[in-house]
Amino acid sequence: MASHAIEVKNLYKIFGPRGGDFVDAVKKGLGKAELNEKHGHVLGLQDINISMPAGGVMVVMGLSGSGKSTLIRHINRLIDPTSGEVLYDGVDVCKMNDDALREFRRHKTAMVFQKFALLPHRTVLDNTVYGLEIQGIERKESEKRARGWIERVGLKGFENHYPNQLSGGMQQRVGLARALTNDADILLMDEAYSALDPLIRVDMQTVLLDLQKELKKTVVFITHDLDEALRLGDKIAILRDGRVVQQGTGQEIVLSPADDYITAFVKEVNRGRVINVETIMRPLSGNAEGVPLVTGTVLESAARMMTAARVTSAHVVDVNGRPIGALDLSTVISAMVTPTSHEDRAAA
Amino acid sequence: MASICSVLPALLCKFPAIDEGTIRLARKTVDDGFKGFVRSYGDIIDRMVQPLQWFLNYLESLFVGSPWILVLVLMVAVVYFGSRNINVTIGTALSMIAIGLVGLWNDTMVTLAMVTVCTLISIVIGIPIGILMARSDRVQAFINPILDVMQTMPSFVYLIPVVMVFGLGKVPGLIAVVIYAVPPMIRLTNLGIRLVDKEVMEAADAFGSSSWQKLKNVQMPLALPTIMAGINQTIMMSLAMVVVASMIGVGGLGKNVLQAIANQFFTVGFLNGFALVGIAIIFDRTSQAFGKRLQKHSEVIHG
Repeated sequence: MASHAIEVKNLYKIFGPRGGDFVDAVKKGLGKAELNEKHGHVLGLQDINISMPAGGVMVVMGLSGSGKSTLIRHINRLIDPTSGEVLYDGVDVCKMNDDALREFRRHKTAMVFQKFALLPHRTVLDNTVYGLEIQGIERKESEKRARGWIERVGLKGFENHYPNQLSGGMQQRVGLARALTNDADILLMDEAYSALDPLIRVDMQTVLLDLQKELKKTVVFITHDLDEALRLGDKIAILRDGRVVQQGTGQEIVLSPADDYITAFVKEVNRGRVINVETIMRPLSGNAEGVPLVTGTVLESAARMMTAARVTSAHVVDVNGRPIGALDLSTVISAMVTPTSHEDRAAA
Repeated sequence: MASICSVLPALLCKFPAIDEGTIRLARKTVDDGFKGFVRSYGDIIDRMVQPLQWFLNYLESLFVGSPWILVLVLMVAVVYFGSRNINVTIGTALSMIAIGLVGLWNDTMVTLAMVTVCTLISIVIGIPIGILMARSDRVQAFINPILDVMQTMPSFVYLIPVVMVFGLGKVPGLIAVVIYAVPPMIRLTNLGIRLVDKEVMEAADAFGSSSWQKLKNVQMPLALPTIMAGINQTIMMSLAMVVVASMIGVGGLGKNVLQAIANQFFTVGFLNGFALVGIAIIFDRTSQAFGKRLQKHSEVIHG
């Protein structure tokens, strides 16, 4: 099943009874504070333009109140936009009628929620089949599929437990199994891991990455945690006050933060796990020396491989094993520790 | 006071009521209008509620006509399988035997039949109205004051039109009881549905549930504890109202109480009163234990 991209275009959301009346004013520069003070309306999202890669993980990151949960709810239209488009397969989700929207939600999207939102009166199995039950698929068939996903997320043997009998991490596995059982192209994850303990969170991130390798769904993942964003995201958009401040790959954001706000975020990041060797390599001169590193290797792994092999130099090879560049241990280490601040780059 | 009135104009001192002739005319018009309505449509309304009469008679003759031992065993079985609680079951058996010993078995059966029918009707009417109220604030704003009137209006007052339309008998009694007992059913259904977790509702939406699917899969099951509380309240209120309804021809324990009041039969009054209390407690404990058992899944086992 080929997945498709989602295009969000010129999306505005203004909460309040007469939100539509203020779109033009906001486009002309009416600020969030002023809109709230003078007109009693809340600016949720303004001028959002994001194209979410097909078959990849799109992470939307922001602190609370930045509008990220509002944004994800526009993709399956749990919230109606004030103006703008959300295109999937060239169809504007925002213009669908009730029936088309229900079909879209049933077959194209599946969602995982921060507080799990499981049905407390249903067992793990009955929760997992929920999406298929809504689609009207025969119980025997849906149960078979559900059991498969329950096993994949590591809950085999818990099929007949009630959500209340499970820990938070296990409940979210049920949430994930319920979404995956739906077999939809789009997987929407609204702060899905934010309520989990750090260790379990990393564990669940691994589950998602492993599954994504074979499923290749279009995942939209909301988080307030930059480390989580960098680990999961093929592409990251950072939201602040309902506006996209920067979007790009994890490396782009870490290496060239767009403003002070993002610089402050990026400062705490473990750069060794984000930056790839090809980003800092120098052109190959002479023979390839030291250990070979495949493109896409992060600096931390590179440093580990070089110290394990007791060499100070290495060369970068492409996927076919052809050498394309070189680097040494000191370059790797300085790239891992040097904070590239906004001002430094501006001064350089 | 008189001194104040001497300086004030008369209009401000004595409330300017509409003059008596006008009131009398208005009263007569309304009364005559209603009587005319009863004369022309009474038969049709009577025929419409005929099935209720049949159902009530059938259940009453079933309860009264069956051998007591059969009824007792059945009752104890229902209580046991409803509550799964041995104390409640033994209590039921003992109180029913005590009721039989003091010679109130048949009257109790009549009351039991009446309360059963009233509760069923209240559920059938109450739950759909409660659902409608939960779906729309406008419907809620419209129905709430009606429920307030039903609950606070002295029951004797609405007995008047009920008797005018239906005469004396079981069906008017039944209608009076239902009017009194249905509001908690409606209110608690409405409340239960409105209190359903917004996140779970959002999840149901996100998976593309139709509104019927949301009602069936999410709202009703999650509102069930509150709805069960409503059913419990309805049963209690029907039992209380059965005594008042005996004034317009409902038989059973209530009739005995009414006679005891009229004749100052202290012992008879209390015996019948305690029989009603006995049934009330049986219904209450059983329905509560049943409701609790339905919610077993919400017990937190994980620490």
